[in-house]
Amino acid sequence: MNNRRGVLTVIGALVALAIIAPFTSSYAIILITHALIFAILAMSVDLLLGYTGLPSMGQAAYLGMGAYLTAILATQFDFGLGWSFWVVVGLGILVGAATAAFFGLFAIRATGVYFLMITLALGMCVWGLAYRWNSLTGGDNGINLPPRPQFGIALANDVTYFYLVLGFFVASLALLYVLVKSPFGRSLEGIRERELRMRLLGYNTWLHKYIAFVIAGGFGGLAGVLWAHMNGLVSPEDVILTTSVDALLMVVLGGPGTLVGGAIGAGVVVFLREYLATIVPWWQYVLGGVYILTILYLPGGLMGIPERIRRRRALSGSPEQAGKLEATSH
Amino acid sequence: MSGKTTGRFTRMSLAACLAFAVGVSTAPATAAEELRIGFLAPLTGGFAQIGKDMSNGFQLYLDEVGGNFAGAKVTFIVEDEEGKPPVGVRKAEKLIRQDKVHLFMGGLLASTGYALAPVSTRLKTVYVASIPAADDLTQRESEKYPYVVRTGWSSSQPSHPFGEWACEQGYKRIAVVAADYAFGYEVVGGFQKAFEDCGGRIIQKIWPPLGTNDFGPFIPTLKKDADAIFTLMVGPMALQFPKQLLAAGIKKPVIGGGTSYDEYVLPSMGDEVIGHVSALQYSAALDNPKNAAFVKKYREKYGKVPSYYSESNYTTAQMIHEVMKQTGGKWPGATKFIELLSKIKLDAVRGPVQLDEMRNPVQNIYIKKVEKKKMHGFAQDELWNTVIKTYPNVGQFWKYGKAEFLKQPVYSRDYPPCKYCD
Repeated sequence: MNNRRGVLTVIGALVALAIIAPFTSSYAIILITHALIFAILAMSVDLLLGYTGLPSMGQAAYLGMGAYLTAILATQFDFGLGWSFWVVVGLGILVGAATAAFFGLFAIRATGVYFLMITLALGMCVWGLAYRWNSLTGGDNGINLPPRPQFGIALANDVTYFYLVLGFFVASLALLYVLVKSPFGRSLEGIRERELRMRLLGYNTWLHKYIAFVIAGGFGGLAGVLWAHMNGLVSPEDVILTTSVDALLMVVLGGPGTLVGGAIGAGVVVFLREYLATIVPWWQYVLGGVYILTILYLPGGLMGIPERIRRRRALSGSPEQAGKLEATSH
Repeated sequence: MSGKTTGRFTRMSLAACLAFAVGVSTAPATAAEELRIGFLAPLTGGFAQIGKDMSNGFQLYLDEVGGNFAGAKVTFIVEDEEGKPPVGVRKAEKLIRQDKVHLFMGGLLASTGYALAPVSTRLKTVYVASIPAADDLTQRESEKYPYVVRTGWSSSQPSHPFGEWACEQGYKRIAVVAADYAFGYEVVGGFQKAFEDCGGRIIQKIWPPLGTNDFGPFIPTLKKDADAIFTLMVGPMALQFPKQLLAAGIKKPVIGGGTSYDEYVLPSMGDEVIGHVSALQYSAALDNPKNAAFVKKYREKYGKVPSYYSESNYTTAQMIHEVMKQTGGKWPGATKFIELLSKIKLDAVRGPVQLDEMRNPVQNIYIKKVEKKKMHGFAQDELWNTVIKTYPNVGQFWKYGKAEFLKQPVYSRDYPPCKYCD
C-alpha cells in the first residue's frame, strides 16, 4: 500500500511539473529539461550502483556515444531531423547498449574499486576517441547540430522539447521501475547484498550483472540523443570524466537504490551548477559542501531524510509506536 | 525506504521546484536607456587568470567612462564559462534568456567561439568575439552567423606576415611544436603557408596535447638540422616549454605564436625566453603614448601588465561605445548594431583597427622580441615584448586575396600537408 502511495505521489509530481513548467521563464525551462536528461543518466547509474552494487564511473561514455551518433547522423547524413528522429532514438539506445556490451566484457569481471577504475578507464577511451578522431568528431571543436528535428511538431520550441524529454523521462522511470521490481531486479539486489550466496543458489551472477550493465548503457545512449539536441552542440567536454562523476554523485546525493533519488539528485546538482553559479562565485564550495555533508550524515542520500526524521520522532515518541514504524519502514 | 516517505519527500521537492521556478521567472524589466552586456570568461579552472585579464580589460574602460556609453547605463554581467564550450553555450543561454542582454561577448578558446556562434544565430543576439580566434567564424562559415562580429583576431592572421618575416631572417628549415587543437592548427597552418610560399620548409610537426606540462617525450625528437623552432603554447604550457628546451641544451632560435609569449605569462617567465620572437596584434611594449597610458592605468589598478586578452576587451568596449555614440545611447537592434559596428574605424591602443566585409579586424601585426629592459617609466628591469617590425593593416586573407584564400580548406592538422616531413 505504501508502495502504491509512493508511485501516486511521483505521478502527481510529474503531472504538476508538466503543468507548471511552461509558465516558468524561458531559462527555467531549459534548466528543467537539462535536469531531466541528466535524471535519465543518473537513473541508469542507479541501476548499477543502487541495485547491483556496481559503482560505474564511465557512464558519460554511453551518453557520448548517443550524442555523437546523433550529431554525426544529423550533420553528415541529414538523418534524424524529421520522423527519422525516432529511428535515431532507437539507434542511440542501441549504440549505448552495444558499447556497454563491449565494455562489460572487461568491466564485469571486477568488483568494487577495481570496477570503478576499469569503467573510468573505458570511459576515458571514448573521450579520447571524441577528442582525437578529428575527421569524424571535429576534435575539440565538437559538432554543431542543425536546428532540432521537426515532424509535424517543431522540437525547436523549448516547451515542446521539454515535453518530449519529460515523456522520455517518464518512460525511462516506468521501465526501470518495472525492471527493478521484477524477479530480475530482485536478483540484482541479491547480488548487491551477497554475490557469493546468489551464486551458491545457482544464479549466473556474471550474466545478471552484464545484462544490467548493458541496459544501463542503453539508457545512457538515450540521454545522449536528447542531450545532443538540447545544447545543439556535442563536445568532448560532455564526455569527460566530470560528467560521469556528476552522474554518480547525483545518485549518491539523491539516494542510491531509489531511482527517484537519482532524478532529485540531478535536479539539485543542475540547479547548483547552472543557477547558483550565476549568482555567487563560490558555488563550487556549496556543491562540495553538499556532497560532503550528504556522505557524512546522509548515507541514504536526500531520500533518506524523511526516514531519519521519522526515526528520531519514533525514538522520542512511545516505544510501542516506534516499534510499529520500524516494522513498516522496510 | 517506504513509499510513504518517498511520497512526502516528493511533495517537498515539488514545492522546492515551484519556488525555484518562480524565482527564475522574475527577470529584470527592460529600462529605456540601458545597455546590458553579457560577458563570458573562464573564472575557474586552468584558464582563470586569463579570464581575469579579459574582464579586467573591459571593466577598466567601463570605469573610465563611468559605466555610461553615450547616455546608456551599461550593465556588465560576467559569467564563468570554465574554458569549456558546452558550459559557454549554457551560460550564453542564461545571459540571453534570463538577463535579456542586448549582446554577449568573450569566450576564450577557439572551440568556444565555434560553439557560441550558432547560439547567436538561434537566439538572434549579437555575439562579439573579442578573443576566440577560430578562422572560420569570419571566413568559410561567416554566412551562417550573421550576428557575429569579431573584434580580436583570426588565428592565422599574425602567422602570415610572420612566415614572411621568418624567410627574411634566412631560416630555411623550421620544426614546429604546437598545442594539439584547432587554434594550434590554424596558427601553424598560416605560418607554414606563408613560410613555404617564400621558399622555407617546415620539416617537422609535433603536436603535444593542450595542457601538456612535461615536454620530455617531445623535445628529444626535435630534428637537429632545423634552423629554428616554431612553438604555439597556450596558458600554463607556455611557461614550461622554454625552460625544458633550455634544460635539454637546445640553443636554436625560438619563434612562436602570440600566445606563447603574451604578457599574460611573460612576467612569470625567466631569462630563458630572452631573444624569442613572436607575432601578434598587440604588445604591452608598444611605444606610443596611448599604450603607455593604458599600461600604466591597468597596472596601477590590477597590479600587472595588461595582456592582449585585456587590450582586446578594452578596445571592444571602446568600439561598442563608439556605436552607442552614433545612436545616442539607444540600442539600435541586433542587425543595425552589427552594421554600425562593422563600419567603426578606431585608433585603438593596439593601433588603427577597422573591420573587413566579413567582420574581422584589419590591423597592425607586430613582430615582437622578448627583451629585458625598462619600459614606460617603470623602475625595474623586466621582460617586454619589444616590437622589432610592424606590418601595417594586415587583414585575415594576407596577400592572397579573399576569393583565392577561401578556396583552400581551413587550416587543420593535415592542411597544409607537411611536404618536407619524413
